[in-house]
Order: sequence, then C-alpha cells, then structure tokens
Amino acid sequence: MSVNYNVLGLIFASLHDKNVSELTDQRTMGSIPFGGRYRLIDFPLSSMVNSNIAEVGVITKANYGSLLDHLGSGRDWDLSRKKGGLHLLPPFIHSSGEIYKGRLDALNKVWNFVSHSPAQYVIMANCDVITSIDYNPVLKQHMESGADITLIYSEGFYDYSTNRGATIIDFDENNCLKDVLFDPLLSGKCKLWLESCIVTKEFLWNTIIDAKSRGEVSFTRYILQENRSKFKIMGYKHDEFFTRIDNIGNYYKANMMLLESDKRNGLFRENMPIYTKIGDNGPVKYGVKASVKNSLIADGCIIEGTVENSVLFRGVKVGKDSVVRDCVLLQGTTVGKECGVTAVIADKNATVTDGRVITGSPTYPIYIDKNGRL
Amino acid sequence: MNTKKRVVAMLLAGGQGSRLYALTKNVAKPAVPYGGKYRLIDFPLSNCTNSGIDTVGVLTQYQPLVLNEYIGNGEPWDLDKMNGGVHVLPPYETQTGASWYEGTANAIYQNIRFIERYDPKYVVVLGGDHIYKMDYSKMIDFHEENEADCTISVINVPKAEASRFGIMITDDNDQVIDFVEKPKEPKSTLASMGIYVFSWDKLKKYLIENENDANAKRERKEKWSKDFGKDIITSMLRDKQRLFAYEFEGYWKDVGTLDSLWEANMDLLSPNLPMNLYDPNWKIYSRNKNMPPQYIGDSANIENSMISEGSVIDGTVDFSVIFQGVTIEKGATVNYSIVMPGTVIKAGAVVEYAIVGSDTVIENGAKIGVSPETVEDKADWGIAVVGHNVTVSANKTVQPKQIISEDI
Repeated sequence: MSVNYNVLGLIFASLHDKNVSELTDQRTMGSIPFGGRYRLIDFPLSSMVNSNIAEVGVITKANYGSLLDHLGSGRDWDLSRKKGGLHLLPPFIHSSGEIYKGRLDALNKVWNFVSHSPAQYVIMANCDVITSIDYNPVLKQHMESGADITLIYSEGFYDYSTNRGATIIDFDENNCLKDVLFDPLLSGKCKLWLESCIVTKEFLWNTIIDAKSRGEVSFTRYILQENRSKFKIMGYKHDEFFTRIDNIGNYYKANMMLLESDKRNGLFRENMPIYTKIGDNGPVKYGVKASVKNSLIADGCIIEGTVENSVLFRGVKVGKDSVVRDCVLLQGTTVGKECGVTAVIADKNATVTDGRVITGSPTYPIYIDKNGRL
Repeated sequence: MNTKKRVVAMLLAGGQGSRLYALTKNVAKPAVPYGGKYRLIDFPLSNCTNSGIDTVGVLTQYQPLVLNEYIGNGEPWDLDKMNGGVHVLPPYETQTGASWYEGTANAIYQNIRFIERYDPKYVVVLGGDHIYKMDYSKMIDFHEENEADCTISVINVPKAEASRFGIMITDDNDQVIDFVEKPKEPKSTLASMGIYVFSWDKLKKYLIENENDANAKRERKEKWSKDFGKDIITSMLRDKQRLFAYEFEGYWKDVGTLDSLWEANMDLLSPNLPMNLYDPNWKIYSRNKNMPPQYIGDSANIENSMISEGSVIDGTVDFSVIFQGVTIEKGATVNYSIVMPGTVIKAGAVVEYAIVGSDTVIENGAKIGVSPETVEDKADWGIAVVGHNVTVSANKTVQPKQIISEDI
C-alpha cells in the first residue's frame, strides 16, 4: 500500500505518568522500557508506520529527555522524512507559564503543527495501552459510518481495586456510544477504550475551540461524557492482544504476558514489525553452565547462570551459579555470581552484587531503582 | 568535486566465494551470514566507521542483489553521509565498451575516478571475507610515520600454516624486502591479511602501469594478470618503493572455506576469544531485522551457544550459533552447528557439526551431519552443509562432508 498523507498520527507520550511513578521518576510514559527491547511509544508509533501513516506528532510534557534520545530523528521507524515524518512536540509554554492539562488543552497548544499538516484525518493514541493495530480498517469504518469520532476499544477485564485511569464504554444497538465511565467502582468484563480514536481535523478544531471557550481541558470528561449526545460517536472493536500499564504490578504482569506464545504472537504480528531504536548489541551468549527456561531474552545478554520465567532486556548479565526467577530485568542490569533473584523489577543498569539474595513475590515484585546497587 | 578526504577505503566485495559452495549460490561472499546476527561485510564496514573512515567504495560483481540490498544507503554503519559515505561500485560500460572487473587491481583501476573525486592522501584496500576488529587509523599513522608508499597488515601465523598465505619478509625496521605467495618453504611467518594502505599517488601510478602492461601482454597473447598481491606489490618491490609490514595482534580469521566459516563461528563460543562483540566502544553494526527478543521455552536446553533476536527455542542447543528468527522445535537437537536466519528445525531432527543456510526447513527426524567420534575413518568426516531455501524432508540424512543446495 502507498504512503497515506491524508492521516496525521498524534501520540500522547506523557499521559498518566503518575500511575507508574517508580518508572517515570526519570522518564515519561512513552519511554518506559517494555518487552525486552522496546519503549512503550514503539507500539503506537509502529502501528502508525505499519498503517502507512506518513506524519506523526509526539506530544510530550515532562521528563522527556529519554524519549527524545530514543526517537531521535525517527530514522529507526522510517520516519525521518522530508514529506511528513516524525515531529516531536515538547510542551509549548506560553508567557502565561502554564503547561497543558488534559488532551484538549494539549491539542490546542500544538495546533500550529496540526494545522500545517495536509491531512484531513487525525488518529490519536496513548502510550500506556500496548497493542499492535492496523488503523486502515478503522479509518475505512470511520469514513463509511459518517461518525464524528470513532473510538477504538477491546473487550477486557477491569478491576476497580487495581486498574487506574480506565475508560469503560458501552454502545447501543447501532454501535453509537451509550455510556462512558471513568474508573468506576466495579469489576468484570467490559469494553475498554484503548485511548485511541479517529476524527477529522476540522471536527477536532471545532471541539477544541468550544472546549477552550468553556475552560474545559479533558477529552474524556468534556467530549465523551458531557457532550456525547451532541455527536455521532461510534466504536471499532480491536480483537488482538492489548494490555494497559496503569500501575507497577500491571507493568510487571504485562511483561510476563509475553512469555505466553498467543499473547506474544498477538503483539508481534506477522508483517507488522515493532520498530525500536537499534542497539547493535551482539547475540545472546549462553555459558557452559547456563540453564534457561520460559524466558524472553534480548540481544546483548550474557547468561552464565539459571534464568526462569523472566524477561531480560538488552545487555543484562547473569553470573555463574546465580538463579533469576520471575524477574523483569531492564537494560544493563548486572546480576553477579551466586545470587538468588526472585520476582524483581530491576530498572536500567541496576547491579546485584555477588552472593545477594532478593526475594519478592510475583503478586508484589520488588522494584530496584535505575542505577541501584544491592 | 567533493570535499577532500584524507582517506578513502575500497572494499573488494566482488569475489564469488566458490569454496563456500551452496552458501554463495545466490549470494556474494561478503553477504554470507556470520556470528548470529552479522554478515561478513559488517566487520570491515564497522571497522571503517570505528576507525573514522567515512568514505567507502564497495566493489561488487558476483550475485550482488542481496549484498546491494543489505548495504542500502549505509545507514546501519553510519555511512549515509552527505559527503562521502558508502557507495556500491559495480562494473560499468563506457564509450569504448564494457568490461567486468578483471582482478582486484583492475577493480580499483576502473574506479580511479570515484577515488579522485575525494582527492585522498591515502587509500585503504580491504577484503570482504575476514573476521577481525582493527583500528585502521593506527595503521594509517604507522604508514605516515614510515613515509611508506604501501603498508600491508600482517599477522604472525604458526610456521606449519605459513605456506597457505602470502608471506612478507621484513627487515628490522618492518620494511618489506620480499613477498612470496604461498611459499613451499616459508622464510617468515608474517602472513598478509589482505589489508593495504597506499599513498594514493603511488597506487594510482602502479594501477595505470599494471593496466597498460597487462593489456599489452594480452595483445601479445602472453600471460597477464591485474592483481594486488601478484602485480602491484611485486612491481612496487621491484622499483624499491617503501613497503612496510604492520603487525596486527588480535583475532583474525579468513572465512573463505566452509571449514573456516564453521570454525570462525565456533571460535565465538570460546571464553578466551581475543575479540569482544560486546564492546560498546567498538560495536559491529549490522542491518537490523526488527524482530522481538528471542523466546526460550520450558523444554529448551541451551548451553555454550549464541542465539539472536526473533528465535524461538524449545529444543536442545549446545555449542552452536543460532541466527535471527530461527525456530528449534521441542525434541530437536542442534550441536556444534550454525543455523542461519529464518530456518526451522523440526521435532526429532538432529543437526550436528553442520552449517544450515537461511530460510531452510529441516523436517521431523532428519539427520544432518554427525559427530567426528562416531566416524571410524577420520578422512570420511567433515561438516555437513545445507544451503539457503532448502527443504530436507522427514527422516532424510545429510552425510558429513555432503553439501546440499536443493531440496531432498
């Protein structure tokens, strides 16, 4: 398929950072490492690239140094382009000094960029929802249905006690939006909004101006909840794997899900590669006494001990006679010799020194800080 | 005219690599996979970038499709430059006709205009079939300090092996006094690594001279050649030019044969290998296939091996190098072998002491190669080879030394 200049992608890279405050202490949602070699932004960004979208804007807020470093010119996503390409949109701070609040406010502040795009349609996505999606069928449905907004959702499980920032939606028999709940006090199977939608640029601009005139900033609250009846808002059901990162426990679980082949294959789909910044690490080296079971291991790792039920990011080292079990070890973690590490999330470049034993529980994993040393 | 460059590298990548048989059937030798995620050409290209050389001509001729696609605009090696960068240089037609590259010297001769566009002081000539990490800038400094006309990189080889190489005889100041190709009785153990630094004015002079001489000989129906070692170096020595030997210490391996390719991969599994693929300051770059991390299943047994992105391993892997996107099913065994990208080894298949090419399928229960211990007459033993895009049907056997390039 040819390049599509008629759709602009907009990714909110700094929404819901507070839900995973441990991981966003020194980064933003979009740059949280995930799945061995990725950052969360790789999923919406690759989905857009795989859908032939020519131009993507990334809206950031704070702590975005690591995100800028990751994305660079967009070359690794094939988005270093003269026509279209990747545009980083750091918060535009007016002389009044306020950083945006809410999606509508953010859009208003980057509108100068949006208005210069030749695209008629805008696809918006967040980074805290991990999925791989082809937007072309969504776009087709949006055009054919004449909807003002097409919301992308999945059937999923919601639990008030653990989930945060979830938008639960329901549709009538005509697939028109009937109800919208934000973090309701219930649990069970429901339709979860994947924080992604398609609108026309014109509609979006009218909405932003209207919201601004009333001092409203939230897309979910103002558009989907309060003014639902004024617009034709429809749903598109996405049936492939998805997961939301809304607390550190779910971050751990989401990584662990990739050990299940159906989920892994639902995220890393055929002909829909997930692109990321290339690390040029050597292949994984397994030592003479290595033993590895049920684990996802990124290039650059050197494993001389035992690793089970774990996700190891690039360049992790596991020393001789050490046992790593049920762990998520981010890039550059070093586990020394004769260690026992169970149910740990180790942030980037953490070190577990020789002989140390750390035991968490898969339901309550221990988190080791970036550059932390035990 | 481009901005002047101090150094231009010319990489000879046109060779057929006929001694790699099935592995170079549709692929030029420099594009042969190596080391789990690389192709041979990644080593000289990465060495260039890491040595600060940003202008590289790659001379292609034999089966260039895969190689051209792989090099692309040179971005993976940081060689996509506004001025300089990597340029693929195939033979071309002129007003006086067209000719293939007739030897290594002729390949450079035909691209004198490419080199002149950068007006370089030095030209580095490299091969595309050696595995090593080398800082060419140090060799160029050595060349400059000696006010040399040509510097040849050499490595000390065991005396018993010296007769396989081009041998340099040097004086106390490292100046080359003689050069003998594959001598029966070697007078030195300094083997040429096929890496040359030339002062461009000198090289140009000798390339033109060699071209004219060889063409004249051809007209007279005499024997002629247009080769670096045989012609350029010999002529320069004859004319008492300043040739120096630059001794390289470290890992260097010629991978021109199936045995040496297999060995060079196995070398990577040695804990004492004097070459570090994990050095962040001297990475070997390669074109990435954008695959997820490898998944190692519950029934997998992996020891002393190298495995790369996108592979799914549920079988047994020991002393092996497994490339990107390989599937090794539960109950399959791979020992002392190399399995190239995208290949599937199905349940019950046994692959031992073998090289299996890319995108190949080894069906259930097939047996590829055997361990040398099980062969009575050691002369019958050798590694088994299955080429690219081949299917080995269920329960078929590929014998040691056998080379398969079509479905069986």
